[in-house]
Amino acid sequence: MRDAVRDPHAIDGKFPPPERSSQIVVIGAGPAGLAAALDCARAGAQVLLVDENPVSASLMADDAPLYFGQRMTGAVQSKARMIEQVFAANPGLEEVFEAGVDVALGTYAWGAFLEGEGTRGLSGPVVGLADEDRSWMVGFERLIVAAGARDLALGFPGWDQPGVMGANGLHALLTTYDAFAGRRLVILGSDDLALNTARLALARGLEVAAVVEVRDKAQGAPGLLAMLADAGVEIITGHVVQLAEGGIDGVTRVWLAPTRGGAARAIACDTVCQAIGLVPAIELLDVAGVMLTADTARGGHVPVVTDGVRTSRPEVFVAGDAAGLGLDREAAQAQGRAAARAALDSLGLAAGPEPTLMARRVAETMAYQTDWMRALLGQGDGAVIVCQCEEVTREALLAVRQPTYLGPPSNNARDLRSLAGDGPINQDQIKRLTRACMGVCQARRCREQVALTLAVAADVPVETIPLAGYRAPVRPLPLKVLAAWDEAGAMSAGWDVWFGIPTQWTPYDDIGTDREGRHAEILGGDMHL
Amino acid sequence: MSATKTGAAVVVVGAGVTGLSAAWWLARSGVDVLVLDKGVVGWEASGRNGGGASHYQSPLFHEEQRLWPQMDDLLGYSTEYRRERLIVAVTPEQLRHYHYMADMHGELGYRVDKLDAAAIREAVPLAGDNALGGIHVFFGGHANPQRTVQAYAWALQDLGGRILQHAPAIRLISSGGRVSAVETPRGTFACDALVVAAGPQSGQLLAPLGVRLPLAPARAEMIVTEPAPLMAVGGVDGNGLYGRQTLRGNLAYGGGPHEWMDVGPLGPAARPSTPLLRNLAKRVAELLPKAAHLRVIRSWAGVVENTPDGRPVIERLTNPENVTIATMSGVGFGLSPATGHAIRDLVLDGVCSFADLGKLSLARFADLPDDWREARGWTAAA
Repeated sequence: MRDAVRDPHAIDGKFPPPERSSQIVVIGAGPAGLAAALDCARAGAQVLLVDENPVSASLMADDAPLYFGQRMTGAVQSKARMIEQVFAANPGLEEVFEAGVDVALGTYAWGAFLEGEGTRGLSGPVVGLADEDRSWMVGFERLIVAAGARDLALGFPGWDQPGVMGANGLHALLTTYDAFAGRRLVILGSDDLALNTARLALARGLEVAAVVEVRDKAQGAPGLLAMLADAGVEIITGHVVQLAEGGIDGVTRVWLAPTRGGAARAIACDTVCQAIGLVPAIELLDVAGVMLTADTARGGHVPVVTDGVRTSRPEVFVAGDAAGLGLDREAAQAQGRAAARAALDSLGLAAGPEPTLMARRVAETMAYQTDWMRALLGQGDGAVIVCQCEEVTREALLAVRQPTYLGPPSNNARDLRSLAGDGPINQDQIKRLTRACMGVCQARRCREQVALTLAVAADVPVETIPLAGYRAPVRPLPLKVLAAWDEAGAMSAGWDVWFGIPTQWTPYDDIGTDREGRHAEILGGDMHL
Repeated sequence: MSATKTGAAVVVVGAGVTGLSAAWWLARSGVDVLVLDKGVVGWEASGRNGGGASHYQSPLFHEEQRLWPQMDDLLGYSTEYRRERLIVAVTPEQLRHYHYMADMHGELGYRVDKLDAAAIREAVPLAGDNALGGIHVFFGGHANPQRTVQAYAWALQDLGGRILQHAPAIRLISSGGRVSAVETPRGTFACDALVVAAGPQSGQLLAPLGVRLPLAPARAEMIVTEPAPLMAVGGVDGNGLYGRQTLRGNLAYGGGPHEWMDVGPLGPAARPSTPLLRNLAKRVAELLPKAAHLRVIRSWAGVVENTPDGRPVIERLTNPENVTIATMSGVGFGLSPATGHAIRDLVLDGVCSFADLGKLSLARFADLPDDWREARGWTAAA
């Protein structure tokens, strides 16, 4: 056997040990993450709990991580003040802190990297973290992802203006941030998500002008509906948004059209809250290479799990909305405890009695979202913007048209139908051609909308459209923040622009001449143009 | 569904840039051609690269330079091709290096200007005070890999060529020194001639025919920022990076260590990124300090096959004699307009009409030991 020779330009050995390590890292300080962190700490594990709140005002402006719709007050500009606010709004944070959990607020988890096929060069499992100033890597033995859910955003005429936002974005502004700038809302959707959103808004002293349901019957719990009706909220069924009108400060009123035809009606409001659905926040799980599946009973693309909390990777566990929708707060906490228990078991740490998982409220969320999308597609014309960042219209999406900066379309003979004829519809392929989903919001406002639009147009269930993959960094981070300014010496020394193969760059006529050696001597492998 | 049932005069395995360009060139000559792919067109390294369009080291270089400025018109679809490149040095070593390259291009008869610090800073608005100088390359340039791949595919279809996606070639059926058909899960496709341009999978596909094509796949990665104001010349790189500013304004850059890996007959199972994106971000911020505030919004990785000397193999085999193979060893995208032309010539005429490809023959690897990957450390880390 020869000694193992390694290519000096290969990646193995180039990554330094992570800046720090924690036995267990928990992502997300919602009910599930807090419960998981608390149980892990109480069992004696070393725990780092990471939560990105408060996120920077600039990130909020780009609707990351939630769909804030520019309806935040100036208060969010002060990160120091927001840290106090976030801590005060979430009593569970103090509890875990006192239990010995290392809590990192205002800290983004932008990537998770595990050794596997194509990633054997890592220095061990690591999660990438960042704040407003720098990024760093943290090693872990077990990762519990409780990243929650983000907002489902659907387009309609006028949706690309301030005041159109998502249910979780509104919830965060009303609770976590106490920084909501709106006064009078129209809420889209009538499932419990929408009704609870309306209830929260009323409790905060806001006006809820109406709850709008595209189907002929309101979807949520009768008790909640009755409570809202008693509070003066109009429940409007069989209607869809036709247009959100507005001015310089955003939405001023919304027009609702009956789905069965007839005259539209207008309702004055400054906020249109989309509470049609949520999307499990699986970004980190996808980046980590955890196996995913489209599961309508769990609300969309979610990790494949056993025992509810174990992923396809033995180092990674999930809990809460990121593992699938349909759990209430208590059930999410129970799942957080179950994830902690499973993680602790796998580390050989003694744990308490097996937590009991609670039932998931199974919903047909994707069919419901598709009903909304189909009705919305019936309103407005092809000029409705689908992707706000890249200004891709419905028409351009369905025609798979090249972006406008390339001038008049050259591919008039091609459209979604012709692409479908070439093979199953693939959202990533259509993304590359139209640029829908390629913008700075990292497709938070259009990923699901594009999939739903493609599904409606092609008349296939949306769950058959392959997931448009997530890539690190899963939060938009400035180059200077993401940069490894403290790069390891081995990385610098082994850096090559391409594969570091000197013979690759010899001019063809010089191959086999003595000039070849001279080129290689002077340039090494580093000669790429 | 005739495409799933019938063969073609020429079957091409692999709908990457090389296979699609070859098929398009063949279709331009009136040949009935069918392209088979294991997945979607341009899904591997062909659609995941820096988009560079200058390979001075190749015998196809002159044809590459002749064709790129015409490709949008020839294909009928946008490739986003733009000519020229500016290479920025931020260390004295880089500057010496780039100036040596400038001389090398001059000897080939192409114009490259050496720029001092003031000139490179003026030419590259996002460069900073750390820029020491650079070179201005008046040829080459860059294109959008994803759009180019689709342009080839559409142009091919416009000429009557067929593409069958999700049809991985499982086996080449041969008799009497010829390949007569390609077997896939979606049917077996007869052919008079075969082109193998299947990237990392090419070697495994050819091995049962007694053809030894030594390849080592490796993963490389890139990062992308949000759009910056457009620079007059978007083809800016240097500082150990390859890449460009896209016509949309995004900065897309790669470079640095690669990861050797093994790839099965159906291609890479995944194309993960790694924390290398932090090292890429550092170098982009050094290259273009005035863009250091821009946010990174994506990263991607692609798997590239490398030959032992990093040079392509483009050859019409003698046995089986109706098979032409092309593996480009990491420089396939830019050369693709010319590679397709060369393959067309080899398939139809047996010889390339515009360049001597003799040094790209497989024969150069005849004495390569079987453990060549291990000997160089070109294997997946333990």
